[in-house]
This record gives sequence, C-alpha cells and structure tokens, in this order.
Amino acid sequence: MSSVLYDAQGPRAKRRNVVFTLLFLVALAAVLWWLYSMLNDKGQLEWALWKPFFTGTEAWTVYIWPGLKNTLIAAALSMVIALPLGAVLGICRLSDHLWIRVPAGAIVEFFRAIPVLILMIFALAAYSEYTGVSSDDRPLYAVVTGLVLYNSSVLAEIVRAGILSLPKGQSEAAMAVGLRKNQVMRFILLPQAVTAMLPAIVSQLVVIVKDTALGGAILTFSELLASANTMSGYYGANTIASFTVVAVIYIVINFSLTSFASWLEGRLRRGKKSTGAVLGADAVEELSAPGEHVDVTHDVEKGP
Amino acid sequence: MRRPRGRRTCSKEPSTHAEAREIVFDFLEGYNLWEAFWTTVQLTVLSAVGSLIWGTLLAAMRVGPVPLMRGFGTAYVNIVRNIPLTVIILFASLGLNQTLGISLGANTFETINFRLAVLGFVAYTSAFVCEALRSGINTVPVGQAEAARAIGLNFTQVLTLIVLPQAFRSVVGPLANVLIALTKNTTVAAAIGVGEAALLMKEMIENEAQLLLIAAVFAVGFMCLTLPTGLILGWVSKKVAVKR
Repeated sequence: MSSVLYDAQGPRAKRRNVVFTLLFLVALAAVLWWLYSMLNDKGQLEWALWKPFFTGTEAWTVYIWPGLKNTLIAAALSMVIALPLGAVLGICRLSDHLWIRVPAGAIVEFFRAIPVLILMIFALAAYSEYTGVSSDDRPLYAVVTGLVLYNSSVLAEIVRAGILSLPKGQSEAAMAVGLRKNQVMRFILLPQAVTAMLPAIVSQLVVIVKDTALGGAILTFSELLASANTMSGYYGANTIASFTVVAVIYIVINFSLTSFASWLEGRLRRGKKSTGAVLGADAVEELSAPGEHVDVTHDVEKGP
Repeated sequence: MRRPRGRRTCSKEPSTHAEAREIVFDFLEGYNLWEAFWTTVQLTVLSAVGSLIWGTLLAAMRVGPVPLMRGFGTAYVNIVRNIPLTVIILFASLGLNQTLGISLGANTFETINFRLAVLGFVAYTSAFVCEALRSGINTVPVGQAEAARAIGLNFTQVLTLIVLPQAFRSVVGPLANVLIALTKNTTVAAAIGVGEAALLMKEMIENEAQLLLIAAVFAVGFMCLTLPTGLILGWVSKKVAVKR
C-alpha cells in the first residue's frame, strides 16, 4: 500500500505497523471495556430493556414504524417540493437579466446563511398565527416548510453548478444550430445537468432525512427520534436501547442512500453516452454554505 | 409624516426618532439577546477547536499505513455522518447524563448541558473535518511526493516540505464550510435546553406578538455570524490556493 504520504513499506515499517496495531487494539479494548462496565453498572445491558426490539413486533409496529413513516413522508415531501423551486431559483441565478439574477441570488444566500431550525420555529409560529392549519398538522407543515426553504436554495446551487459543469461546446453548438436561449436551456443544458446532478441530489436527501429529526426534538413532530423518546418512557427507561435502535435505523437509511449516490457517481463518470460531467457528493457540502466563495468551475470535476 | 389612523392609532405618539425606535423594539425588553448569541459563539468556537483536534487525529488514522486504524477511522466517519446531529445531542443529555450519570465535571444543569452539547458537536463535526482534511491530502498529486523522494528527501521532509503545505492550502475552503455548518448546527443545542439563540427565539415567539420582527432579528443575527465567515475564509482560500 502506497500513497502520496508514504512509499510501499519495507520490513522495518511493517514491524512498526504491527506494534502500532497492537497498541491501538489495547487502547480500543480499554475504551470498550470502560463503556461495557459503565453500561453494566447502570443495568442498561439487562435483557428486559432490549427485549421489546427482538421479541414480538409491538415496538416496531406501534412506535418505530409510525415514526419512521412520518420521517420518510416529511423527507419525501420536502424533496419533491424543493426540487422544482430549486431548479427555478438556480436557473434564475444564471439569467442574463440583472433584475432576475440578483433577487434569486439574494434569496439563495439568505436561506443558506440561517439555520434550518430557525426557519422551522418561525414556520410553526407563522402557521398558527396566520393560517387555519390544525394544530395536529402544524409540526409536519413547519418541518416541511423549513426544509423546503433551506434545501431549495441548496438545490438551486446544485442546479447552477450542474449546468455550469457541462462543457461550453454544448450550449455553443446549440446556439449555432439556431436554438433560442430558452430552448438551449430546456432541450440541451437541463436534461444533461439533471443527469450530472443526480448523485448530489441523492446526497442532499441524506441531509433532509437527518434534519427531520429536528422536528421531533423541538417541534413535537412525531417522527422516528420522537418515537425513541416515547419508547424509552414506555419500556422502563431503556434510553440506551431505544436510541441505539433508532440510530441504527438512521444509519441504515442514510448509508444506503450515500452508497447509492456514489454508485451513481461512478456509473455516470464511467458512462460513454454522457459528457462525463458529474456533481458528486462532496459538492453538496461545498454548496450548502453561504458566501460567494463557491468557485463552481473548480469544485466540479470535469469529465474526460 | 402621515398620521396613524383608525384602530392602528398609537397610544403613545412618537414625537422623536428615538422614541419611535423605542416603541418598535420594545419586544426586545427583558430578553438578553447578546447573551444568547454569545452562547452560540462560545458553542461554535469550543466545538470548532475540539473537532479540529479530534478530526485531525481521525484523518491521520484514515490516511495512515496501519490497516486497523484506517478501518476504525472509516467506520467512525461512516457511522457518525449518517446519524442526525439531533439524535447525538439528545443522546448526550438523556443517555450519557441522565442514564449513565456522566456530568463532565459540572454541577449545574446549565453547565452540564452546555458541555454535553459541545461534546456532541465535537463528535459529529470531527467526522466532517476528517473528510475535509482527507480530501485536501488527496488533492496533492502523487507525482509531488514521488519527485520529492526521487531527489532524496526522507519521510519527514516529504511530509513537512512538500505534501502538508499543499494540503493545508487546499483545505481552507472545505474547512470554512464545515465551520459555517457548525455555526448553524449549534442551534440544535436548543433541544437540550442550552440557552443559545434558537431557544431564546422560541421563547420570545411564545411570549411576544411581533413574530416577523423577532424572526428578522434572529435571521440577521445568524447572517452576521455566517456570512462574514464565508466571505473572509472564502477570500483566504482563494488567496492561498495552489494553482494547478
């Protein structure tokens, strides 16, 4: 194994590796033992606390599945609403007209600069103040509104970066055959950009799924995290067990989404039909922060 | 000046600019806005320092030659990045503190939760710091190190003279994004009752009528924190970037 940091290893380095491995193993074992004895002391490893998740289906059908369903509904709604909004904002930001470009840019920068929780708290209060949404539906509405406002501006940047990632020859050739600006965007740039953006959009879905948990903790939205709280009350203070199960569910969902995104990315990069322009998962983190420093042509990996 | 008419007539007629300002902003009375934002800043700075240290260690493990450490680093990053921050912060309070009795050497409710929040932010953010650093190291072309070895530099020299100076320069931008994300993420501490900006906003909205004004104050407050960070560090990252 060799990298930019070190060469292929000789016998001395290999011996040193074995020593490091052993030392690390000892440290890891010490930490795990400390963790185990602490859990054991507090009686958190007793079978009674873990039993509901492994025997019988009550914990899954009564608590976890309804919570998970709400999490997935909120995430899906947010994505479905934010995607077209983001596309419009992103295209507006690329407009030739100053009076379209500047307001769109201001909206995008504003919503990327403030925390999504602030947006959710505001939305919850606004729904109860100005609309007739029933108090049962309000948390869902507020969570989705907050997520849509934030994610449509992140998606706008993804769309913009996706369009800018395409080779210049595409729009030049389209204009050369006499298409209008509008047609170039609709028939040439957008369809290719959507393909290039797919991995980034899937990665953004992970962010959305994670952010729905805010609703459970602060807005009384009954999603997966909130169901962990309810369960630990119902099954006799099995906080550790409930949180572990819920965390594992989140990890499984998000890890499969992340893996899917990188599989897509690899497939698009290798593909022969497309221009090879891809907006990867890394771009999402770059694009979710405010400020003009996002240098699109640098961030986006160009195809061959 | 147009006189107010109908039911919107003010009981106190503002005669001076200062008085008018007082009436508009009287919803701020009795709330310590500075203290809340100061807590936000403290959470951000302490967590940033902590996650920079732990994240660097994780990155060192992930790019190092020892397979077990590489495996640990990869597992840590993949697990922590995929758990919502809210779950981590709530677990720190409900699990670590209330169930296992860890109080991190603090006595009062406020200090305990503040420290637990910082611990949670460090655990979460360091995964992102690790990935930013690792991608920074990966931007250095292998040819750079090979050329350095070819002219006879040893391991330490390759690392300190050739690879790390280039890696640090390309890492400023991604780390700035992590810092901004962290600033926004500190609002999650409201879930365990740390008196930072989002919690104060929630409290003010429940007690005061000026919803839009309150929201505007907090939005501007966060923009004052995140936008300069983005602009300044973005400028720095462009300034130090290695032209390739």
